[in-house]
Amino acid sequence: MRASGPNALRTGLIFGAAAVYLCLVGMVETFSRRWMIADTLSLGHVVLLAVGVGAGYVATSGPGGRRQRLGPLAGLAAGAVVGAALGSLLLAGAVVDLRVMFINASPRLYHILAFGAPLPDGVGLLLVLGAMAGAAGWGLAAVSPRVRRGFLSGLAAVLVIGVFQDLLQLLLQGPPLVTTIRDVLFSVDGPSASGAAAACGLTWVVIAARSRYGMLRRTGPSLSPSGQRGLQFLRWGLVLALLLVLPIAGGPFVAQVMVLVGLYLLMGLGLNLEVGFAGLLDLGFVAFFAIGAYTVALLTSRGEHGIAHWSFWAAVPAAMAVSLVAGVLFGIPVLRVRGDYLAIATLGLGEIVRLLVLSDALRPWLGGSFGVLLIPKPHIDGWELSGPRELYYLTLVVSGLIAYVASRLQDSPLGRAWMAIREDEDVAEAIGISLVTTKLLAYGLGGAMGGAGGAIFAVLVGSVFPQSFSLLISINVLVLIILGGMGSLWGVVVGALVLVGLPELLREFGDYRFLVYGIVLVAMMLFRPEGLLPAAAQRRELHAADVTPAGDPAAAVAVSGAGPGEA
Amino acid sequence: MRRGRGWHASLIDGALWAFRASILVMVVWGTIATLRAGRYSGAQWLDFVEFGLAQGGIYALIALGYTMVYGVLNMINFAHGDVFMAGAYTAYYVAAPLGTSGFLARHLLSGLLLVLTVSVATSTAIAVALERVAYRPLRRAPRLVPLITAIGASFFLEYSFRSLYGAGVQSYPDIPVLSGSMSIAGITVLRTQALVLASALAMMLLLYWIVMRTRTGKAMRAVAEDRDAAALMGIDVDYIIVFTFALGGAMAGAAGILYALTYKQVHFFMGFVPGIKAFTAAVLGGIGNVPGAMLGGLFLGLVESVGPALFLDGLGVPAPYQLRDVIGFTMLLVMLIFRPQGILGERLARKRA
Repeated sequence: MRASGPNALRTGLIFGAAAVYLCLVGMVETFSRRWMIADTLSLGHVVLLAVGVGAGYVATSGPGGRRQRLGPLAGLAAGAVVGAALGSLLLAGAVVDLRVMFINASPRLYHILAFGAPLPDGVGLLLVLGAMAGAAGWGLAAVSPRVRRGFLSGLAAVLVIGVFQDLLQLLLQGPPLVTTIRDVLFSVDGPSASGAAAACGLTWVVIAARSRYGMLRRTGPSLSPSGQRGLQFLRWGLVLALLLVLPIAGGPFVAQVMVLVGLYLLMGLGLNLEVGFAGLLDLGFVAFFAIGAYTVALLTSRGEHGIAHWSFWAAVPAAMAVSLVAGVLFGIPVLRVRGDYLAIATLGLGEIVRLLVLSDALRPWLGGSFGVLLIPKPHIDGWELSGPRELYYLTLVVSGLIAYVASRLQDSPLGRAWMAIREDEDVAEAIGISLVTTKLLAYGLGGAMGGAGGAIFAVLVGSVFPQSFSLLISINVLVLIILGGMGSLWGVVVGALVLVGLPELLREFGDYRFLVYGIVLVAMMLFRPEGLLPAAAQRRELHAADVTPAGDPAAAVAVSGAGPGEA
Repeated sequence: MRRGRGWHASLIDGALWAFRASILVMVVWGTIATLRAGRYSGAQWLDFVEFGLAQGGIYALIALGYTMVYGVLNMINFAHGDVFMAGAYTAYYVAAPLGTSGFLARHLLSGLLLVLTVSVATSTAIAVALERVAYRPLRRAPRLVPLITAIGASFFLEYSFRSLYGAGVQSYPDIPVLSGSMSIAGITVLRTQALVLASALAMMLLLYWIVMRTRTGKAMRAVAEDRDAAALMGIDVDYIIVFTFALGGAMAGAAGILYALTYKQVHFFMGFVPGIKAFTAAVLGGIGNVPGAMLGGLFLGLVESVGPALFLDGLGVPAPYQLRDVIGFTMLLVMLIFRPQGILGERLARKRA
């Protein structure tokens, strides 16, 4: 077993580097503008504290770490090293102008790091606070798992309240009872200390009660089938009611964000069909989104590039049909390309589409970089769906329909054929599945769903430009599928809400959107490749995979040829 | 390849054949039309060729990293283009003060070597760190898992550097000694391009020597052939993989400086397109094949540089230079679809089929 000293030092150095990184990319400074507890603790400081606590926790929670007599010291040392790393950033900043290279090494950052104290005191303060955070990390590792979970859930509740304070204050308006809750939770500048303590304690109690109740429920009698069905209806009704009320309660901004979530949900469902069901990793998916948007734009635009002046309702099916055909055409050349080569080939195809639209060669028809303008909003009986709220309901209906189609497809013979291909192409072909039709249907139907998203995007923005259809969108959609769990429909919903909704609601996170996406992709693949809400089949497979010996090279070779499904 | 499986398969064969034929017809038709119109002079063609070779040298250096990593790990290191960016962008912070103080103009060689060292060191460090943190835990994972990780790492690097150094375009200093042209054996070449091509070739020879003539290179080839057997022969596979990443990173760092000398500017997204192009070059030469990557890079650079004038202009495409990247991507697509084993290589064809 390793001695705890060097281990603590190493952990401290790694976490210290992470803390300095967070400072230099500007996260600490940006986050420091938001109070977690009014006038006391900002989100920036919370992030740094979390790094210190994490260092203490990791340094002491390893195998046998908790039982070591030197546990608290190891935590203390790891935390102090993090503090020292930040302190040396402070010192370096005082000696040379780091701003020449790192644009975020501003005086304000130093001010935040030193808690406003002059330099020597600031460094000392960082060391002491780091050591304390590290010791707290040891404490977290030393307590029983149940206490730890309750405490962390409480802290998470405080964090959620702090991060969503604007939205919560907006929602907590109306009857006196609701405003009382608001007044307890928030002071003028942000969440109050007493409110945070109350929220933390309450969550802890609820979590503790729930785990006890859960234990009772596991042993006690379960609900009757009809009772379960009733519960199901109730749950769905609540979700639907929430979705219907949300834009009214939250205002046009929330509605606008939800429309974007809906668009990415549509694209996610489409890409999920290709990647999640059929195992065809497609990095050029944005092409279908673009094709849907351009079809609607050209068919309805009142500007110079409009060709038909159709109504939106006639153009949407056309857009979906065109995207479907495009999907099939897109699929034909790459039909025989497999695995990672397929990903790169589709990336190339998507880029070719974007460059062609952007070029002068197709400008007379598609408007080149100037795009297609003057796309009218949809009408129902003379009522114009102009605002974000109306478009939100449109998106809700369309994505509901598409989600229903996707869920029916999943359990259809076609869906089974897709999954067979995902697991092993050769075996699927051997049992009589036509690779050509099945794959082309995946591209076509997936493309049609992406095209529906593009159609709504066109009327939402009122104009389309090739610049809107960059590779970043394909990656964005891929990340949300992977976060939620490939092949899982609920996973797509959760992924869209978390990865599209959150960055829009929180402008601080908006700046670091793609940075966070990159981290999410790597972290998910390393720690939880099946996603947050894996599909049932994947979960079963994972349990089956636990049985096979992990180190057996033959088993590894056997799986390496197939798609990501069994990851 | 499977053939003769009912009408579906033959339909697809027909469609693919038509796709191939139409590209061929377009290239030939455009070339004939351009040559008959005679719009470009011989000197202009020579310029295109020189530029293409210099550009191709840069592609080749990046492609070496892709091809070596694919050789030993069978994975596409999608983040390799960003390793290239990281070196060039970091070295800017050495090059800029050296340029303004006039050091670069007075001591060209030592100045450039200093900048090169910073770039190579940064790229190497990032490539090695990438392997250690992101790829090593996934060595036995299904094939798409490391690819998705690499895409994530690519975005992480791009947007880290965007947040660290800023989103703007930074201009590399002008070096007076390197501007203008010179004449070699009666052919006029731009000095920068001559330097870029010469250093790229020197670097490639060095790498070829390392891979083919040193013990470590031999071990690398052994690991590429069969990782488990190499481990049984007493080769430290982990060390060899790290060495491969380091070598690829160093080449990418050097390519970064050559790119910066050619285009005089760096920004956080500069690695994406050259990265894909270099991957194309690696596939062109047969992935896993070191000399193949070098030839593939030079060939791709040449086609991209000459192509817009040679066959797009003849087809009557307005502003053909906008479609330079389309040529590169189309070549990528055609290679992946019709000849994934590359022009030279057939070594990996077995593994891929």
